[in-house]
Amino acid sequence: MFNFILFTFAFLLRVANMVPLSYYVILSAIVFITGVVGVLIRRNIIIILLSIELMLNATNINFVAFSSYFQNVVGQVFVFFALTVAAAEVAVGLAIIIALYRSKSSINVDEFQLLKW
Amino acid sequence: MATLVFFYFAGVIVLTSLLVVALRNPIYSALSLLIMFFHVAGLYVTLRAEFLAAVQIIVYAGAILVLYLFVVMLLNVKREERYHQQFPIGAFLGLTILTEVLLLAYHRSSANEPALPLSQAARTMSNGQSVATGVAPAVGNTETIGEVLYSTYLFPFEVASLILLVAMIGAIILAKRDLFGEGKS
Repeated sequence: MFNFILFTFAFLLRVANMVPLSYYVILSAIVFITGVVGVLIRRNIIIILLSIELMLNATNINFVAFSSYFQNVVGQVFVFFALTVAAAEVAVGLAIIIALYRSKSSINVDEFQLLKW
Repeated sequence: MATLVFFYFAGVIVLTSLLVVALRNPIYSALSLLIMFFHVAGLYVTLRAEFLAAVQIIVYAGAILVLYLFVVMLLNVKREERYHQQFPIGAFLGLTILTEVLLLAYHRSSANEPALPLSQAARTMSNGQSVATGVAPAVGNTETIGEVLYSTYLFPFEVASLILLVAMIGAIILAKRDLFGEGKS
């Protein structure tokens, strides 16, 4: 149902899409900065991975906006590849989190100082 | 109308991405990330990338986020202190980059630029050139992506499948407790 409403919206928008490209770039920059700040300031390692997902999504928004701007579908193909890499990253990252939790029984990044000095 | 829809999606995306960073409970963070994924998919629909919108919902919201929720509920962490001790440095860095971007946008917005779809003249000009690969015809989004993906980008596609295979094996090896029967735990 939700999808159906969205697709009718898209059909209406096909007639006149007047949003400038710079709005999309600003939006993706804001989301990316939010992700960067999240990686820097949070202690929970799961939230850090979620912030990395935010950054990946910001780049995807950029790719799709420019692909629509240049009427070139290659940008969407690259979003496809970025999505594949994101899926792989999530699988490996969550496996690492589980292994870390087994060894320290904590997911606070302050606990993992083994490589510090 | 189009601008209104864009601002709705953009507002929800920015709000939920701020909530992902700010919320204390990891489950709530993951759920607000779910809302953000749906609105990013809506943004893709308005940008005429219907295939990517569907893939975004299926892969991100359906697979990746469920994996996150599994791990959050599996680990069952108690609530800990929220922010890192380097919070001032991170906040300062973020504010600096944000003001930089806003200043850039402010300077840029004085110059006029075309709205998102190029004008008809520019489109025919780019059609006339020899770079015919990937120029979106009127067939449909999914067909065009499929043609480009399986002709020009066939080798990266195979490499992507290899990456998924390696990630699967790596995840199993990392997460399995006693793989070769050496440990005595």
